Amino acid sequence: MTNEATLPLASERTAWKLPSSRKVAVVCLILTETCLFSIFVVAYLFYLGKSLTGPTPREVLELPVLSTICLLSSSVTIKLAESAFKKDWERLFRILWALTVGLAAIFLAMTALEWRRLIYEKGLTISTNLFGTTFYSLVGLHASHVIVGLCLLLVVFIFSLTGDLTKMHSERIQMISWYWHFVDAVWVVVFTVVYVIGR
Amino acid sequence: MASQEIALTLNRAPGTSLVDRLHRLVVTVDHKELGLMYIGTALIFLVVAGLMAVAIRLQLAVPNNTLLEPEVFNRFFTMHGTAMVFLVGMPIIAGLGNYLVPLMIGTRDMAFPRLNALGYWMFVFGALLLYFSYLGAPGLNGHGSAPDVGWFAYAPLTGRAFSRGHSTDYWILSLLLTSVGSTVSAINVVVTTLTLRCRGMKLMRMPLFVWMMLVTNFMIILALPSLSAAQIMLLIDRYLGGHFFDTQSGGSAVLWQHFFWIFGHPEVYILIIPGFACLSEIIPVFSRKPIFGYPVMVGATTMIAFISFGVWAHHMFTVGMTSVGNTFFAISTMLVGVPTGIKIFNWLGTIYGGKIRLEIPMIFCLGFLFQFLIAGLTGVMLAVTPFDWQLSDSYFVVAHFHYVLIGGLLYAIFAGLYYWYPKAVGRLLNRKLGLWHFWLFTIGFHLTFDTMHFSGLLGMPRRIFTYDIGRGWEMLNLIGSVGAIFQAVGVLCLVINLIRSLRHGKVAGNDPWDAWTLEWATTSPPPVYNFENIPVVRSRRPLWDVKHPEDPDWKYEDSGEQGESIR
Repeated sequence: MTNEATLPLASERTAWKLPSSRKVAVVCLILTETCLFSIFVVAYLFYLGKSLTGPTPREVLELPVLSTICLLSSSVTIKLAESAFKKDWERLFRILWALTVGLAAIFLAMTALEWRRLIYEKGLTISTNLFGTTFYSLVGLHASHVIVGLCLLLVVFIFSLTGDLTKMHSERIQMISWYWHFVDAVWVVVFTVVYVIGR
Repeated sequence: MASQEIALTLNRAPGTSLVDRLHRLVVTVDHKELGLMYIGTALIFLVVAGLMAVAIRLQLAVPNNTLLEPEVFNRFFTMHGTAMVFLVGMPIIAGLGNYLVPLMIGTRDMAFPRLNALGYWMFVFGALLLYFSYLGAPGLNGHGSAPDVGWFAYAPLTGRAFSRGHSTDYWILSLLLTSVGSTVSAINVVVTTLTLRCRGMKLMRMPLFVWMMLVTNFMIILALPSLSAAQIMLLIDRYLGGHFFDTQSGGSAVLWQHFFWIFGHPEVYILIIPGFACLSEIIPVFSRKPIFGYPVMVGATTMIAFISFGVWAHHMFTVGMTSVGNTFFAISTMLVGVPTGIKIFNWLGTIYGGKIRLEIPMIFCLGFLFQFLIAGLTGVMLAVTPFDWQLSDSYFVVAHFHYVLIGGLLYAIFAGLYYWYPKAVGRLLNRKLGLWHFWLFTIGFHLTFDTMHFSGLLGMPRRIFTYDIGRGWEMLNLIGSVGAIFQAVGVLCLVINLIRSLRHGKVAGNDPWDAWTLEWATTSPPPVYNFENIPVVRSRRPLWDVKHPEDPDWKYEDSGEQGESIR
């Protein structure tokens, strides 16, 4: 007789509830990403003012107010979209979700314009000086996360148009929203470090 | 016995042709198969990187030796170190965790089986990429071959200016791949442990193995990004003309060291804690006593993990930090000795007064205790900053970390292999060959690494490809090289044993060691679904409760909260 046969069997009467796998996994992912970003932030702060040649942040950087407003408000719209989805308000969900996609796209476009201005008008590239190296790496790392987020948002949007989005996807949508909040929180740090402290 | 033989044959996978079996390997998402694939691949690289070490020892056996050219020697110690850490240590840990954690917490698979397969294959491709550098790196302009920059690849010496060709790129890219693979598999283990435990298995009822795997994998999640970030910066320097580590443009020559060791020191504990994990399961079973001080063991593990993130710069005493920095890192490093000491005492406390069975796993554990103690003591010696100034980058340091990783980790892994092999295969490993393995390896280990302490004290720097006569290092090095041969023959015994016992080993039965954790409750090897019925546990030793209904553990553990238990 195996030992297994004599083990007590699971009984439905006792309460036994553990957290959702998906949620814990996304929290772990966010933790590991946070560590990745902190190293780049540390490198940025460490090299502040250590460039041997210009241009300096004060000379070329402008406060990205509009894109910051867009990204931060997209966190609000995705939260509202999430609760609309839970309440089965399909139309409202789709509108809010599209709004989120739009705000994210505006943020990326603004970043692109900023980079274009820096590269072609101010002559700052990743190899110009230490500021350029650390700036493009940190902001670029964040922007790449926005791109990944935008892809996720778009996939969900397409599914909602084709009608493939059902109640069972509610937790997945929540996870995308968590990731999006994380990307926003990182932007708050990047904004503070690069455009406030570093300028 | 005969019926058990039949059961074993029936348990084999139905597809018997070679193509079927290979196809099964590629498409599998089963945690047990992936676990065994991790361990198997890691053992292959253990042999490859081990043979490189043997070549290094042969080169150093006599003064002014010309067996390996200097460039080849540099590649060998780099590939040996990199492979042993990233292609042997990490995957073998992932393999043990993958195989055992779901069985021990009583569930049917990992939380994310496909992610599990992704992690494994990323590791495999990273590993192949690293070794492909021998062929690929010189391809374009004839510069370089395999990486030759040491396993910690200090920038700016790894920048474009000093490391021509593509050898360093192979090092960066392959480790980026394996790191992502390791992170993915670590997240999987953490999630599985936190969310898929069977009914009644509260956190403080988990086997210590699972606890320590949880802590280790959590550390992987937090530590590996630091290496990846530094490697991305190095890639930016090398390919986009960045200046992170370019001292000509104001970059720092020390920053890489900080970033690397912020990963690198936790990595040491990431590697050794799974060793502790194996010990904490094996020692109680072969001492016939429950582990001494379970909650303290959990606390000590967490403490080690916590402190290990604040000790990294003890690798950098010689680069010239401030005295405050030196003092801080010296003290924090010595602090690690406290929880580690607690663990050693707890294992001794478990053995003390126990009914000890000297089976092979237990013998390796005893070897671990003895050798890891010495490794810890030389570690505390090296934490003393002035002592480190004298001996940094000498063979004393080489001896210290080989004592930790071979005398400690590898012995624990060997113990684990002998202990869980019968669960995975259904047959026991041969005891006689096991004894040969233990004694040859132990004699070899001490010949090689005891002598290294002394050649280090006599001033022999690490990473030199040869040395002159008359330094007083000749005899020590010769003895060390003879020891390497002993170790190689010892590992050969293990390899023969592992292969031979697949078919000819004694049939193990479900529970050959009379153990107490859930993996022994199911058949050997376990069915795809692990447990026909998901078990319920009421104590830390569920199988003890089953075997001794008259005196179960749950009567004594966490008294006061009986309401939850099932009657």
